[in-house]
Amino acid sequence: MKLVICAGSATTGKTSVLRHVARKLVATGHHLAFLKIDVQYADEDEVFAREFAIPTRKVYSGELCPDHCSVLVLGDALKWAGEAGADILVVETAGLCLRCAPYVDGGLGLMVMEATSGMNLPRKVGPMLSLADIAVVTKIDLVSQAEREVFRARIMEAAPSVRVREVNALYGIGIDPLVDLVLQTPDAPERLLLRGNPPVGTCTICVGKKEIGWQSHFGVVRALDNQNFYRGE
Amino acid sequence: MIKTITILGGEGKADKAEEVQRIDLNMGDVVSIVGPTGSGKTTLINDIELFADGDTPTKRRILINGERPPSVYRDDPSRNPIALITQHTNFLSDLPVRVFLGTHARIRCADGSRADALVAQTLAFANQLTGEPVIPDSRMTELSGGQTRALLIADAAIICNTPIVLLDEVENAGIHRTRALELLRQYRKIFIFVTHDPRIALLSDFRIVMRSGCITRVIHTDAAERTFALTVGCLDDALSRLRDKIRFGKHLEKTDFTELERFTPEREAAFL
Repeated sequence: MKLVICAGSATTGKTSVLRHVARKLVATGHHLAFLKIDVQYADEDEVFAREFAIPTRKVYSGELCPDHCSVLVLGDALKWAGEAGADILVVETAGLCLRCAPYVDGGLGLMVMEATSGMNLPRKVGPMLSLADIAVVTKIDLVSQAEREVFRARIMEAAPSVRVREVNALYGIGIDPLVDLVLQTPDAPERLLLRGNPPVGTCTICVGKKEIGWQSHFGVVRALDNQNFYRGE
Repeated sequence: MIKTITILGGEGKADKAEEVQRIDLNMGDVVSIVGPTGSGKTTLINDIELFADGDTPTKRRILINGERPPSVYRDDPSRNPIALITQHTNFLSDLPVRVFLGTHARIRCADGSRADALVAQTLAFANQLTGEPVIPDSRMTELSGGQTRALLIADAAIICNTPIVLLDEVENAGIHRTRALELLRQYRKIFIFVTHDPRIALLSDFRIVMRSGCITRVIHTDAAERTFALTVGCLDDALSRLRDKIRFGKHLEKTDFTELERFTPEREAAFL
């Protein structure tokens, strides 16, 4: 199972980008499953189910931060996607906290940001950008050629090892290289680890336990099929 | 080295095939795209800018030097040979003008020492098109609509220095557009103007006519039309003078119209 994790602030165009990627993957015979992680509202699961007739789910992180929620439910989600017959699991997450990032080792980390968001954004988003494999820049038709170039330079300065791709998510132009990257991604390893170091905190993830799956954590946790529950003494 | 762009026709609204199936634009051409609002003019320049390859709703294809453009044009904006200035292109960056232009100039030219000179040239170009000069220390977002447009055009011509420049309804920009055209003409590029302005259309080598999403005709500016261009220019200048008098807080007088009165239809015929 290939694992693609897409992060980016609200309304940057994550869903538009992923819809184009999904359309191309489904058209070439790949089996996708889609999981949306958001805080309190999302309908992307319905959109993807309707448009591509693929297994989809959503999970609301509620009181948990979405990245934290992603760590807890991702193990279950891979199992669910496998049972649903998928060979690629696409996870779209809100990624609200800029101290950590939801990407895992062995999966593809895709970050979406809009060209309209200001020249300092690449300097502000921290690991969400710097730990991604590729930064996808949307809404390029709304800014000048000059600003596109400066924005790209700012991204490359903040995250030199991250590839940058400008796309027109309206028409789906510039999407093919993203599809190629998904296809080049190896199957996710058995033991999944968060790519970056979590921030300082008091929960098991925040104090640095990187292993994916609620079974590895204690305190207030949740499974894909449950609401939050307590695990521990 | 870019010598030509080719537009291969696709289909317009209701999947109707375009009447014109091929247009070649050569280096140095100044071309206008004309047609009523909603006829697909902006869509056409977007197709050009995106290097459409049958993958946009119009199914058009764009060739550079007769071939499919290399992917690097899309992969790296600073290698893109096209600069597009649309009606809704705006500066969203709140960096000071000098910092922004300096950063852009350093991205575009390998020789960093030329960056300051490019910034100075760009500001000088822009300030010939605006009423009030751009102050280099003001933030990009503080510029007026006209100053923004002037700076976009100057940046495209001088810093981007792309061989192809697409300008969407530059006449709405509130800048000195004849001066813009004169200045741009000094650069050897392919200029494509989406326009409703007869003066810009007549100063073009040819114009592409749009209707219902299709390219329906290509009209070359002939000798007769070039003579009209003078008349249109005089009318336009007269109107500009009126505009400037209003702008600079003056009263209009009867004498302001003596020149315009020469251009009643009968007199215009006689004048020609």
